[in-house]
Amino acid sequence: MQRIRNRLALAILLSMLGTGSALAASPAPPSNLVALDAPGDVGKKVILKWELSPDDTPDVKPRKVISYILFRKLAGDSKFTKLEDELTYQATTFTDDECEPGKSYLYEIVAVAPDGSHSTAATTTEAVIPDLEYFDTNKAWFGVLLLIVCGSVIYFIESARSGKELKIRKIAGLEAVDEAVGRATEMGRPILFVPGILDINDIQTIAGITVLSRVAHLAAEYGAQIEVPTSRSLVMTTARETVEASFLAAGRPDAYNEDDIYYLTDEQFGYVAGVQGMMVREKPAACFYMGAFFAESLLLAETGNSIGAIQVAGTAMPSQLPFFVAACDYTLIGEEFFAASAYLSGETHQLGSLKGQDVGKVVGVVLFGIGCVIATVVTLTDNASAVAILDFLKNNLLGSEGFLP
Amino acid sequence: MKRTLPLLIASITGFVLIVANFIPKIQSWGDIVTNWFDIVAGFAFVLGAANILKLHLQKISDRRAGWGYSGVTIIAFLGMLAVGLFKVGVPPAEKYPTHSWSGYYLHEGGPFWWGFQYVFLPLAATMFAMLAFYIASAAFRAFRAKNTEAVILLVTAFIVLLGRTYAGTYLTQGIPEEYAWLRFEGITEIIMNVFNLAGNRAIMIGIGLGVVSTSLKVLLGVDRSYLGTE
Repeated sequence: MQRIRNRLALAILLSMLGTGSALAASPAPPSNLVALDAPGDVGKKVILKWELSPDDTPDVKPRKVISYILFRKLAGDSKFTKLEDELTYQATTFTDDECEPGKSYLYEIVAVAPDGSHSTAATTTEAVIPDLEYFDTNKAWFGVLLLIVCGSVIYFIESARSGKELKIRKIAGLEAVDEAVGRATEMGRPILFVPGILDINDIQTIAGITVLSRVAHLAAEYGAQIEVPTSRSLVMTTARETVEASFLAAGRPDAYNEDDIYYLTDEQFGYVAGVQGMMVREKPAACFYMGAFFAESLLLAETGNSIGAIQVAGTAMPSQLPFFVAACDYTLIGEEFFAASAYLSGETHQLGSLKGQDVGKVVGVVLFGIGCVIATVVTLTDNASAVAILDFLKNNLLGSEGFLP
Repeated sequence: MKRTLPLLIASITGFVLIVANFIPKIQSWGDIVTNWFDIVAGFAFVLGAANILKLHLQKISDRRAGWGYSGVTIIAFLGMLAVGLFKVGVPPAEKYPTHSWSGYYLHEGGPFWWGFQYVFLPLAATMFAMLAFYIASAAFRAFRAKNTEAVILLVTAFIVLLGRTYAGTYLTQGIPEEYAWLRFEGITEIIMNVFNLAGNRAIMIGIGLGVVSTSLKVLLGVDRSYLGTE
């Protein structure tokens, strides 16, 4: 009996020790858990913020906190439900995007130790109700800037229509289009037009197709052959419609051959191989690369250079611009590419849109200037007003934190 | 009508999606329209395939120069299409063992996988590898010191190239720590993060404005050249 008593006492002592060690391993809880309704959403998101557990410090090895677990319940419910997402140490925010609009939620959070033990919970003091909003306030300033730019583009188009004189600088690359098409005609060789490798839903492809329309019109007038290999079926059908209409507009519907606009493959390097083969075999006298390009830009432009073609490129892919600049005779850089259609059309109302873009640039320059001055003042003086203005510029005007701080 | 209807569809869809971007309840409409586009593009793929067959068969029929290559293209195209579509050599998926076509078309060891892995990928890699030689020839032309601008470009490129290699680090390691920015890697950082970044941002802003302007012209019907010139 005494032996049984001793064993029981030993077992109790050991279990107490075990509990004691578990209690010792439990980390301190995180604090100040706050739940906020996410702005500008359909009422499904709640943003949670908290302060780290005092044991969650990077300098303590091994770590005392390895993760945090969040729990949620509807106000009025008795039990919290664990959220599926487990957050790593040092995490201080989380967005719960599985809420229902109009319902009240309470949250709690615990820190988790390496042995799996949890801290006591930190709980939100007030219930949060995610609201369905009818305007995304995060995009308020983006909307304002968009209205300014769009408004100025429309204003200048209309003022150009009413006969106002507009001064547009010469763009060498576009001045060379006539020369390139003329050269191909004189040499009796085809013109190659590559509309990039993205599909028709990309704005660069659309811009490329608008340039194709002008080049095809010139080719039809001069009696030159134009070849358009495409890497997307939809681009092929669009390009066919465009070129056919251009030949019709130039009074040469008989010269249009739909087989000159053909599909090669969706595969990037397969497409390059196909176009390079065509270039080496048929030696086009003029090559136009207008659209979205990736690694194939230099492969195509260098091949064109090796066959002695006059080359004009235009793209809005900044990483490919140096390659085109190095290998082509003329390169339309970014906005020049988008201006090409208006410039080549020569229609005053289209040229008005270029003037409208300038207003956007002025807005950009003014913001840059103000931002630079204020950032310098903040660095030199740490002035509170300057810091507030800089924060407003960064987080509200150019960021996504709503209309006002 | 042929021009007005597409223009109307483009305008209404475009403006509705712009407005939808600012209204949380209908922000997902953009994704729905993207799905529509994928479906249309899927059907259009048939047009592309038919075009490939037509052009290459014509070339073989006319015995035009290089018609042998067209033969290779058609055999490769039809071969891959057949083994991929009928999942030749692909075992059924574990979940549906009785459905012979339930396996993954790119199942390892299958003929389609083999063609992709051992024919297509090496060919694509070969094309990509050629880029190195093209970069060398383009750089040779671009870096010729013909005028002041070209000299600046040459010197900048030389510093950046060295700053990104061990040779650059080795050559300037003797510069004391307080002047570390004068080492090749330090100067490279300044060139890339100040001058290059500033230039890039200017281009990006120009592109952004160009995109807005072009989109607006297309949506308002001011630029109809993609539907053919007037």
